[in-house]
This record gives sequence, C-alpha cells and structure tokens, in this order.
Amino acid sequence: MSKKRIRPIAEGSEWTVEAIERYDAEIGRVAKAYGLDCYRHQLEIITAEQMMDAYAAIGMPVYYHHWSFGKHFLETENRYKRGQMGLAYEIVINSDPCIAYLMEENTLTMQALVIAHAAYGHNSFFKGNHLFKQWTSADAIIDYLVFARNYIAQCEERHGFAAVEQLVDACHALSNLGVDRYKRSPHLSLDKETLRQKEREDYLQAQVNDLWRTLPRHTAAVAEEEERRFPAEPEENLLYFVEKNAPLLEPWQREIIRIIRKIGQYFYPQRQTQVMNEGWACFWHYTLINTLYDEGKLTDGFMMEFLQSHTNVVYQPPYNSKWYSGINPYALGFAMWRDIRRICEEPTDEDREWFPEFAGSDWRETFNFAMSNFKDESFVAQYLSPRLMREFRLFAILDDEANPKLRVDAIHDDMGYRAVRRALAEQYNLGSADPDIQVWNVDLRGDRSLTLRHFSHQRRPLGPETDRVLEHLAHLWGFTVRLETLMPSGDLRPVAECRSEKRNRPIS
Amino acid sequence: MTVRIVDRRQDSKNKSSINRSRFIQRFKGQIRKAVADAIARRGIRDLDNGEKIGIPGKDITEPHFRHGKGGKREIVHPGNDRFNSGDSVDRPLEGSGQGSGGASEDGEGIDDFVFTLTRDEFLDIFFDELALPNLVKRQLARIDEYKRVRAGYTQSGVPTNINLVRTMRGAAGRRIAVGAPFAARLRELKDELERLRRDCPGDPDIIRIEREIASLLARREAIPFIDPFDLRYSNRIRIAQPSTQAVMFCLMDVSGSMDESKKQIAKRFFMLLYLFLNRNYEHIEVVFIRHHTVAEEVDEENFFHSRETGGTIVSSALTLMHEIIVARYASSAWNIYGAQASDGDNWNNDSPTCRELISESILPLVQYFAYIEIADAEPQNLWLEYERLLESHPGIFAMQRIAAVADIYPVFRELFRKRLA
Repeated sequence: MSKKRIRPIAEGSEWTVEAIERYDAEIGRVAKAYGLDCYRHQLEIITAEQMMDAYAAIGMPVYYHHWSFGKHFLETENRYKRGQMGLAYEIVINSDPCIAYLMEENTLTMQALVIAHAAYGHNSFFKGNHLFKQWTSADAIIDYLVFARNYIAQCEERHGFAAVEQLVDACHALSNLGVDRYKRSPHLSLDKETLRQKEREDYLQAQVNDLWRTLPRHTAAVAEEEERRFPAEPEENLLYFVEKNAPLLEPWQREIIRIIRKIGQYFYPQRQTQVMNEGWACFWHYTLINTLYDEGKLTDGFMMEFLQSHTNVVYQPPYNSKWYSGINPYALGFAMWRDIRRICEEPTDEDREWFPEFAGSDWRETFNFAMSNFKDESFVAQYLSPRLMREFRLFAILDDEANPKLRVDAIHDDMGYRAVRRALAEQYNLGSADPDIQVWNVDLRGDRSLTLRHFSHQRRPLGPETDRVLEHLAHLWGFTVRLETLMPSGDLRPVAECRSEKRNRPIS
Repeated sequence: MTVRIVDRRQDSKNKSSINRSRFIQRFKGQIRKAVADAIARRGIRDLDNGEKIGIPGKDITEPHFRHGKGGKREIVHPGNDRFNSGDSVDRPLEGSGQGSGGASEDGEGIDDFVFTLTRDEFLDIFFDELALPNLVKRQLARIDEYKRVRAGYTQSGVPTNINLVRTMRGAAGRRIAVGAPFAARLRELKDELERLRRDCPGDPDIIRIEREIASLLARREAIPFIDPFDLRYSNRIRIAQPSTQAVMFCLMDVSGSMDESKKQIAKRFFMLLYLFLNRNYEHIEVVFIRHHTVAEEVDEENFFHSRETGGTIVSSALTLMHEIIVARYASSAWNIYGAQASDGDNWNNDSPTCRELISESILPLVQYFAYIEIADAEPQNLWLEYERLLESHPGIFAMQRIAAVADIYPVFRELFRKRLA
C-alpha cells in the first residue's frame, strides 16, 4: 500500500495567525496521541525588543524594577545588535495557562518549533515534575508578581528609592542562599497575600521586639540561657533568617525580603532541572515534528530548516574546541531522553545489565516516571548509560590544588563508567555548587553580632566577592556580621568580618 | 478548542526603560567618565548620535557567595581524544576554551561592560551639572502659540457647547425655587381640606379650597421645564503659550592666520554651545558673523568654509553684532548669547576699541559673552585687553584658551559650570 499523500499544514516561511493555529492544532493532536499531559497554553506574539525585556526579567511578564534588570537588558540588547546571539526560543512561563512567546521575526518553521518545544515540551514538564509540583503554584505566580511589583513600587514612594534599592541589592546578593531546600512553600495568591501581608507585618514586628527585649530578666533565666545558642539549629536559608530575626528592620523591609525570597524559591526548581527540562523539551519538539513529517504533513524544506536549528541547539563541542564552555544541557538532556527510549525499545545486553528495571519496558511509562520523580543530579546518576558516555567520550578530571598536575580520574571505559557518572551527577548537585554557609549563632547578650559558618567542601575557599556579600548582610542585620570556615580537619578559621552598628543611626 | 494567540506587539513598549534609567542613574559616575573619554575621541560633529561606552565590568557585578579558585574539584568533560585513566595533565587543560576548574568563574566580569546610550541619555550626562549663567531673562518669551483650555461656564454661547449637566441642574433648581410658594400654600390647603372634611363635611369652604388647589396645581404645572435662563455653555479660553527663545551670535576671525584646524576647533565649540542652548530654549536663532578687516553676516556654510586673507580688525565684528541686536533682537524679548573665537591676532590699536565696545554696548544687552582664543602661543594684546573686562563684568563675560581639540570640552564645561548664586 503506497503512503497516502496528505496536504502539508502550511506552505512558505512567512507566518500567519491561521497557519500558527493549524500547526498548534496538529502538534497538539500528536502530543495527545503520545499522552503528553499539559497545562492549557497561550501563545503570545512579541517583538524582539519585548523578547529582550522578557530576558531581563527572567522571562516573567511582570517584574519589579531594579537596575540589575536594566543591566541585563543592555547586555542582551548589545549582543543581539552585534549579531552575537540569536534570541532563543525557549522562553516559556510556568503558569497556568502556560505562556509561550513567539517572536515576530521567526519564520513559520521556527514558530512551529517553538510551539512544540515550549508549549508542549516545557509545559508538560512543568506540570509533571515533582519539584515544580511541590514548589511552584502555576496558577498563582503571575498574581504574586503583580503583588510584588506594586508593593515594591509603593515602598519606593514611601521610603525613598535609594533605601529600597539598597535593600533589594542586599537580597539579590544573598538570593542563592535564600531558598528552602527541603520544605514546601505555601500556595501564593494575590488576594491572600495582600490580605495577610498587613497581619504578618504586625505579627513579625511583635515577635522580633520580643526577641530583643531589653527589660531586665531574672538572673536564673539568664544563667540558663547562657547555654543556649540562637538559633538552636543552624539555619541555611539566610534570607529567611534575616527576615524573621533581624532586629532593626522595618516591617516593609521584611516584606520585601520575603518577596525576593519567594520569587527565588519559585525559580529554584528550574535551576535544579535544567538538563532534564531542556532535554525533555528538545526530545518532544524533535519527536512531535518528526511524527508530523512521517504523516506527510510537513514539507522537506520545513524539515531542513527545522533540523538545522535543532542540531545547532543540541550540539556539544568537545573539550578542546574554542566554542567549548562546559557541557551543553540541551545536548546532554536530549541525548539522555533519546537513549532512555532506545533502551526501552531496543535494549542491548549491556543495557539489560545496567538498567534491568526498565530495559525493554514501555517507553512512555518509563518517561513519565523519570520526568516526574527526578532532578538533574539524580537523573544523571540513575539514567546515564555507558553507551552515552562512550558517545560523548566523557572523562573526569580531578583538579586538586595540592597536586601540581591535573589527573584524569576516569574515562568512558568499564572501569570508569560509574566514576564518571558519579562525578557528572555531583556536578549538577546545587548543594555542592553553592558554598554551604549557615547561620550559626547570634550573640544575644553581647553585641548582637551574627556569626555565619561556612562548611568547607573539598577544601574549596570562598570567592573574592565574599566581603561585598557580607557588607550587604551586615546592612540587613544591622550589627556586626562574621564569617568563619569549618575546615574538614575540624579547625575553625575566621574568614571575614563586617562591622556595623546601626543602632544609633537612623535607619536609612 | 483552538489555541489562544495573543498579539502583544503593540503592548507596552520600553518595559525595561525604567530599569535602564536606574542602571544609568546608579553608575552615573563611571558613565560620566566614559562619556568624557568618548568626547576626547570623537568629533563634536556627530554629537547628535548616541554613544557606545564601556564601564569597568567589575564595578557592576552583583556579588554572591561563591566558591573561589582552589581546593579540590572533579569536572567531567566531553570529547576525550587521548586520555586514559590515571594520566597526569598540565593545567590548564589544553585547548579547553574557558580553561578547566574555576577559571571561568573569574574569567567573567573583568572586561568592560559595553552598551549604547541613546542620544538623550548621552546629552543628559554630557551637559550634566552645567547651567546657563544669568537666567534673568530666561522667562521672557515670544508668544506664537495658543492653547485652548476650559474655563468654567458661561450663559451665552453656541449650541454645540451647551453643557447638559449644568443646564439641567440649573433648571431643576429653578423649578424647585419658583414652585416653592405654591408648594407651601398647597400643603396648607390640603391640611385644611382634610380637617374640614373630617370635622364638618358640607362646609362651603370645601369647594372653595378645592378650587384653589386646582388652580395652584395648574400654576405649578405651568412652570417651564427648561428656560433659556437655565442654559449654560462650557467656556473655553485661549491661553498664550510662551516659548523661551534665544539668539546665539557666533563671531569668528577668518583672516589668514586662522587656519583650517583652528576653524575646526572653533566650529566644534560653537556646535557644543548650540546643542547646549538647544536644551534650554525652545526656539533658537543663530547669527554667524565672520570678519577679517571688515565684518559681514553670512550663512553657516560660508561661515565655516570660505577663506579670506588679510589683516584683522576685531572691532568690526563687534560693531556689526551690536547693530544686528539693535535692529532685530530687542533685548527685552530675546536671550542673547555671544561667542567669539579668534586666534588672538588683532591690530594693536584696535584692541582697546574692542574692549570698550564690549563693555559699553554689548555686555549690557547680552546674557553671556564668551571669548575663546585658539592659540598655543603667548597671549597677545586682545587677550590682555579682554582680561580687564573679567573684573569689571564678572559672571557675564568669560574667556578661555584652547590649544587642541581635546581642550574643547573641558573649556566648555569651565565656561558653563554651575555656579552658586
């Protein structure tokens, strides 16, 4: 039986709204046939300039104002104008409905690619992955951002633009240590936030004032407290600790810290799942578009353009190329998802030995399980196959300051597979990428100074910016802030100290 | 269900402009320095464009707690072409673009952060902290535009201007006011009628009262619903829109001793002055006067490009300037600025005349008169004569020397520096 010729969905490279609608309908049909579970989505057509706006605001349609976003905008604009970068097509907002941006300069092929990549690929990942389910509330984020922007704008009017800017600077400096790694954040919503904000303000202020009570205490109680450290358990969320405990902050300052903390928390899953998420979206745009082509609904010209841009995205330059800047998460992610499908459909003996639990199983089920329950670190540790390591020719280099030379620790051979995989997984462990710094103690009875403890990992020191971050923290805390490092040997070593005594000064 | 496609292209443009201006605000110090450097590099001719400037990247990084170099780390790279487990390699790993192990972390942020200022942003910073001296007459203006603004209501006007709300409100008020006596009397009569009907039905007064009520009602009905008296018209009046105006006199020596490069310097100075005035006044006229032994008013093209030879009599230009002011620019209506560029050559016995002309006839009429001498030699007699004016007319008269192109901007800033009153 000869293959039926079906009319292509649309011709030509100029897009029209009707053509986009038709493509979306077709891609949606195929996605449904594959069982992709997505939020509703909305496609927005924007200009290049608006795309750069979106870049500056981490892709969000509304965002509070800050000079650093202006800096990002200028940076992007400059690179774009010099032709050093094309604007990527991956901006998609994890909201319900999920919003995907189509840039007006794109050709029709690119629009179809973006729809498949963002509106179906990323979208289904946002809906399915446990981290996004647990940490983000897709239905409320836009509301919360509106609330945040309005609140911060109000504060600027009321308390002066400089004071707010300094506060936001300080929060941004601490933002990578301002996330809860284990607890779930409560649901956000504009109404609730606005309503509860005032209450919270009063309540928090009362709490803090109690903490710094200056009334004389009974001596017996003091003696007992001598023993106690505050906080009783070290706190790794610095922003949270400051928000709840910094003695001299005004209620509005606490609220702003909270806002930035919340937004940082919202983006945290994206940092944790970059390889998986991008790989997933690439896999699906590739699969969906190819399925349509097999059905005869796409022209060869379309496929040529599509493949060209697809291969650009998933290209991995080798370590000695001048384009090399680390492992490309798109490339690794895409290859891993493809490889998982292969292991399910055509397992080799090696695969059966390495992945007995899913080799030869139904690939859609395996996909759903993997997509839902992992983050980059565990995904790599669990699913990176020897065959893929050979394809990428991965090797692990040990860089130890104590040795004059680098050492090749493991390569893609029988002895090295597990070591390479472990090292790569560790690379995606955000816990060890960011330094481990925790709030250790507050000198409650003395000068109220705050002591942070840095738990040194693999003898890695802190970067040169540390002093500036401490200044920011001291600004928030209002009193002296110290940082000490606990070496693996058990020694404590003071790293930096930033003195501050805001008590006698008016709070700016 | 078809997908929702929203066309946002017409929506809020420049969403980032606030962030952008905040960025510029924050790094004004560095940007100003970069702008000054940029000026030294390029001609004033293209001042009208924006400028690409760079500021040190390390000033604008946002700090975070990060790992620094050192310690122990294991990094996985792709594309192995020659390594075996256990090999030792020199650092940095050869060929790897960013180098291995932490180098990428401090590789960033050292380069300059380069971006483009728009023309307005550029000029803002360029003329920042400069002020026009002697703004006495700044408010004076010529009136060539009128704006119509609303100014309450009138009782006469054309039908299109009838203000319905006002009119109906007035009519309602009038009806209540005019009908008030009838209403009071009606209430009285109705009470009376009720009392009579209850107490002594059959009283002949009942009929009388009923008649009176009927006639009162009829009269109340006769009050017109709307009366020409009620009509109100929206009133609009013309308000003069004054626009500030200035005239700028450019005086230049074109005698043989002024060569092309000196003229270029003068031209740049004049352009700078023009741009600056342009930001302060809505309407500007420029008068070009060139002179050697005689002065003439010319257009811009001739001013800068034609070349004359011969001696120099500066006073001829000053006399002409004075004549033009008297004839065309009444000093009560115009802000007048004069800028004179010369290489300092003058006939010796003409210089005292110049000083006299300036101090007697020109300075009383102008806001500011600046003399720039484009020369690197010793000051000559014209400079020495003018120096005496500095003391007698502080704040109105200023003079500076320019030796090279790079001096133009600093000299300009010096001339227009904000001074405390």
